[in-house]
Formats: sequence, C-alpha cells, structure tokens
Amino acid sequence: MAKLRQGPRWRQPRVRDGMLQALVLLLIGLVIVYFGANLIQNLQRLRLPFGFDFLFTKSGPSIGETLIEYSPTDNIALAFGVALLNTLRVVVLGIFLATIIGIGVGIARLSDNWLVRKLATVYVETLRNFPLLLQLLFWYLAVFLKLPTFENRIQLPGPIILSKNGVAFPWLRANASTSTWLIALGIGSVLAFLLWRYLTRLQIEQGRIIFAWLWPLLLLMGLAGGIALFTQHLPFDLSQPQVDKLVVTGGLQFTSEFSALLLGLTLYTAAFIAEIVRAGIRSVSIGQSEAARALGLKPTLVMRFVVFPQALRVIVPPLTSQYLNLAKNSSLAVAVGYPDIYYVASASLEDTGRSVEIVLLLMAIYLTMSLLISILMNLYNRSIQLVER
Amino acid sequence: MPPKSPITPSASSILIWLRRNLFSTWYNCLLTVISLWIIYLGGQGLFLWMFSQAQWTVLQANLRLFFVGRFPLDQIWRVWLIVLLVSAVTSLTAGVIQWNRTVPISVGILTAIGLSVAPLVGGQRPELIWVAAIGSVALFNLLGGPWLKAHLSPRLISRGLPSVWFLTVFMILWLLMGGLGLSAIGTNVWQGLLLTVLTAVVSIALSFPIGVLLALGRRSSLPVIRTLCILYIEVIRGLPLIGVLFIAGVMLPLVLPSQVQLDAVLRAICGLTLFSAAYLAENVRGGLQSIPQGQMEAAKALGLNPVLVLSLVVLPQALRSVIPTIVGQFIGLFKDTSLLSIIGLVELTGISRSVLSQPRFIGRHGEVYLFIGLLYWLFCYLMSLGSRRLERQLGVK
Repeated sequence: MAKLRQGPRWRQPRVRDGMLQALVLLLIGLVIVYFGANLIQNLQRLRLPFGFDFLFTKSGPSIGETLIEYSPTDNIALAFGVALLNTLRVVVLGIFLATIIGIGVGIARLSDNWLVRKLATVYVETLRNFPLLLQLLFWYLAVFLKLPTFENRIQLPGPIILSKNGVAFPWLRANASTSTWLIALGIGSVLAFLLWRYLTRLQIEQGRIIFAWLWPLLLLMGLAGGIALFTQHLPFDLSQPQVDKLVVTGGLQFTSEFSALLLGLTLYTAAFIAEIVRAGIRSVSIGQSEAARALGLKPTLVMRFVVFPQALRVIVPPLTSQYLNLAKNSSLAVAVGYPDIYYVASASLEDTGRSVEIVLLLMAIYLTMSLLISILMNLYNRSIQLVER
Repeated sequence: MPPKSPITPSASSILIWLRRNLFSTWYNCLLTVISLWIIYLGGQGLFLWMFSQAQWTVLQANLRLFFVGRFPLDQIWRVWLIVLLVSAVTSLTAGVIQWNRTVPISVGILTAIGLSVAPLVGGQRPELIWVAAIGSVALFNLLGGPWLKAHLSPRLISRGLPSVWFLTVFMILWLLMGGLGLSAIGTNVWQGLLLTVLTAVVSIALSFPIGVLLALGRRSSLPVIRTLCILYIEVIRGLPLIGVLFIAGVMLPLVLPSQVQLDAVLRAICGLTLFSAAYLAENVRGGLQSIPQGQMEAAKALGLNPVLVLSLVVLPQALRSVIPTIVGQFIGLFKDTSLLSIIGLVELTGISRSVLSQPRFIGRHGEVYLFIGLLYWLFCYLMSLGSRRLERQLGVK
C-alpha cells in the first residue's frame, strides 16, 4: 500500500526537487562553459591576454577635472582612483542636497497654502516625467553653456561668479587652528550628546522640566569660547572667489560639467524623495497627532516626537533605493563630459581594448558603492524600526 | 458667519477662499508672496523665451527626422501601415471591452492633430490620406466594437482578441524586418521616435516573462534556484543601466561565437531587457507576497498541480495587484531608452543630437529638448492612463 501511494521513486518530492535543481545547475553550467569557451576563443583571436597588469603599466586617459594630482602619463589605476573620487564627490553632495530639497518639497506638498502645494506638485510632476538624460543635457547645453564667456562673466552679490567655465562662490577655508577646533568640538559634541541623553532620560523618569537641551548647549558654548580665547582664531576663514588675470582663485569653484550634473541629479532625485516623504507623513494616522495635541504638545513638538519618527519608518526603505538610484545615475555624467568612473572605464577600454577586465572592474566598483549605501542605510533603518515583543 | 453683503456672495466667497488657502497665518502670507514671485519670474522668463528668443523652425524643418529618422522615403508607407494596424487593433479592443466614451473623443482629437501636423512632415497629400484613414478606421472599430460584442460569443472574443494581437505583432515585425517579398531594411535606419518606441516595446515584452520567472524563482523553495535568482536580481540592481548596456555591448560579441553578429540595436535590447527584468521581478515579488497562503492551499486541495495553481490562481491575482508598479517600471524603461544615445544609437535623444549639429540650428537646445521632452511625456502619460483604465476594468480598488 505504502509503495502504491508513494509511486515511482522519481516522483517523490525530495528526489524530484533534487533532480530539478541539478538540472538547472547543469544547464547554467553548460551555458557558462559555452560562453567561456567562446570568450577564450575570441580573446585569442583578438590576441588579448587576460590580467590586470595593464592597470599599472599603461598610461591613463586625459581627465579634465581632478581632485588629486593626475596627468595622462600616470597609470590607469590612478585614473580610476581619480574617477572614483569624482563620482563620490557628486554622489555624496547629491544625496545631501537631494534629501534637503526633497524633504522641503514633500512638506510643501502637504502645506495648507494652496499656492505652495500646487507649485510643489508642478515641480514633482514635471521632473519625474522627463528622462533624466534629457534634463542633464538641458542643464548643461541649454543653461550652463549659454552663460556668457568668462570675459563677460556675471557677478552676483555674495560674491558669486557665473560664466561658461562654471560657478565660483565663497567657501570656508581651513586655517592653522582648524584641527584644534575640530578635535575639541568633536570630543565636546560627544560629551554634550551623552549629557543630553542622560538628562532627557532623567526628565522622562522624574517628570520634571529640567531643560535637557540647555546644559549640553552651555557646555558646547563654553568650550567654543575657551578655544577661541586659546587659539585667537575662528575655526575657518571665509575664502572669497577673486578674479586674477582671467583665473578665479579662492572660494569654491564648480565647473559647468560638475554643476550641471549635480543640479540635474539633485533636482530629479529630490522629486522622487518628495513623494516618499509625503507618503511617509501621510501614513501616520491623524489620530496620532490629534492625541499628541490633546496632551498639550506644540505643533513643532508633535512633528518632532510623534509624527516624524513614525513617518521615518515608512520613509527610510524607499529613500535607500533613491540614494542607490542617484549613485547609479551619476554614471550619466558621461553625457555632459564630467569624468566619472564610467567615462574613465570606456576611455580606458578604447585605449587598451581590455574589455573583460574593465567590465569586471566597473561591476566591482558600482556593486561596492551600492552595497555600502545599502549597508549604511539598513543599519540606520534598524535603529529606527519599531521594536515589538 | 453671515455674509456681509448678500449682493456679492461670489466676491466674498473668493475672499474667504483666499483667506483660508493663501493668507491664513503670517508665514502663509510670506509663503504666498514668495510663491507668486517665483511664478512671476519663471512665467515671465518662459513667456519671453517662447515668443521672442526661441526659433521654432528647427522643429518644422526636422519633424520627419524626429519621428522616423532616415527611414527611406519610398518605404515610409510601412511605418504608416504599422501605425494603422496598431490603432485599428487598439481601437477594436477598446470598442469591444467598452472602455469609455472619452476614447472616441481622444481619437478624434489625435486625428485632428495628425491632420494638421502631417503637412509639416512631408507636405504631401499621401500623408493626409494616411492620417484620415487611421482616424476613420479607429473610429469605425470603436463604434463597431459594441456591435461585435453583442453578436459574438464571449468565448470567441476572449480567444480572438489575443490572437488578433499576436498576428499584428508578426505583421509589424514582417513590415519592419522585410522578407517574404518585402525588401529588408537595416537597423541602421531605424531612428528617432520609431527606434525609441520599438526598443521600448520589445524590451517590455521580453522582460515581462523573464521578470515573472525570476520573481517565482526568488520565492521558490529550492535553494539552488532561489540563490541564483537572488544573485542575478541583486547584481543587476546594483549596476547602473549605462553599465549594463556597456556590458551588453562589450561582452555579448565576446561570449558569442564569432560567426554570430549581433547589431547594436539587438545588443541594446538585450541590455535593456536584462536590466528591466531584475526590477520587474521585485515588483512581481511584492504582488506574490500579497497573496494569502490559503489561496494556494485551497487550490491544491481542489487537486490542481503546482503549474495550474500558479497560472490560474496565484499569478492572475498577484499581477493584478501590482499593475501600477509594473506600469511605473515600464514608464521608467521608456524614459531609460534615452540612454541608448550614449552608446551610439540614434533614437529620439540621439536624433536630437544630430539635428542640433546642423549648422543652421546650432544652439537651439532649448527648443529641441522641450519638444522631445514633450514627446516622452506624451507616451509616459498614455501608458499611465492605459494602466488606470486597465485597473478599473479588472476591478482593482
């Protein structure tokens, strides 16, 4: 009887599953072997050896914009390093700015001011529905390259200098006492934070108002005053852009390529972040803020302690994908001629023809970057998630 | 609060509206003023540019390039025939399942636009005839659809419509690729909007089944299949599209035997499909997760085998619930076809580059990008409109 119910051996679930998986593995193995054999054959036909030694022996492509010293006579490995820094610069700044603008526009979409609400809607709907590449080309070719030449530059108050070559504006510059300031303030902030946490807990436990924010603030202010007396300097000097023989010195200078890329990426991603923020705030039930107000909390406190922490749980996972999208979309830099990873990879491919190695390198860099962003955001996500028993 | 003057209730209601929506608190007043200032600056700039600085002749002179690129002029009837086929089958489908009364109106509007634009494309009579033919066939099908529905059995309709669509796809492929009496047209002349729509549609059609399979594999109980699917999805999602296109362009010729030559369009379609499938898999996975376990258990209890459980019970419900995200993905894919211009294909964005390099039109970026941006927008909007209709049709709340 038992044998009849089980049927033939190959129809038993465990055997069947095992066979199916073995079959899939075999198929994939065959495909890999077939592709691999073709690859080896094709590489031999093209007389290309495999190996990463070309990174250190051949000279890299010329790169228009570098953060560290680089010349085309340096090797390809250094070129990739320069390109990685360029990409990271756009990604980090872009994530920072897009988050700020996105939160602003997302809150504006929930404003009780009709005009503000409509303006934010127009912003989101316009930017989301045009291809990013088109927007980048628009900012670069139709906006930044239409600016006057450097000889006829526009000088805005600030001073901000605008021309075809890019944008320059005042920025902070480190001086002799910067390191002292940073170290002292770093330690001070940690102390102040611990103190604030301790006092907040005390306040919650004892139910008395003891101004938990006041003492850490006083501590920091005292510390700052002490360092100022000691070093006789502010932590940073203000460096203003100055025109000296048709060259801008000082301040912070962005080229047109970088500005167009940063502006395009930021505004595009911010439109998506705005929708995420709006959905997050909307997801907190109205009863929560009503209850908080009934307890006598002021509107700003309702937002800070009741609505926003709960909204954050809805916001952070999709926000992570937007950050990942921004990092990946930064590869469109090639369309506006900003030398990022993709640009250097395709230029090196043209120089050396070492396609397999460069493809592997490109994959490794982007996967590492994506992985890092998701790990960081997931750590943050875990710290804000609802803990349930 | 009683109105102060019963004679002008409208004026006072406007004032109340203004007060409530624009000037309720001091910071709302400030925000209103700032918004008005932004609108004034933006509107004034746009208005001045559109009517005094912009030169729209660049569009008029290159309209055909934008739409079909350098498709041979004596073969252009094939493109028109494809448009006719697609609009005939679409309107027939719409008519049979009785979408909405607004559809005939929009067909009328589109035909009117076509009739007024056609002279600009070539300035010849045959194009006017084509547009008129397309409009009348579409209208006829829309109005005749309900009659068909009344006189044919529902079974025949549910079998017939998909086969009509299937036949249409083959007709289109035949018209484009040639063969069977038609001369072949190389992919190097597929350009402009034609290439954009073609690559998008083919990639969408190919990535959909792959995406569904990957999603099923990712939720499979077999560890080997699950691991492989997760690996594929996560690796592709960690790469930028331009990187995937780069890999497809560089690696495909290397891993295929040297006799097989894939042209640039096919390689691009491969890249787009591989990329889109990974994202689609995650969307479908969301839908699969929303199906309660009881559904599968009930289907199994009825004696259905796993394939039937999936195809009759799980997938229809799962796919129905993720229509919006899937269409969102397709819209994204349509916009992403613009990246093909970076790897050297002359689709809509690529053709704009060659238009802008004509000496007559150097520096007319604003006009051209506005125009092709609107074309992208139109297609994306139509897709999301269609998805909303489909959702209503399938009764998704």
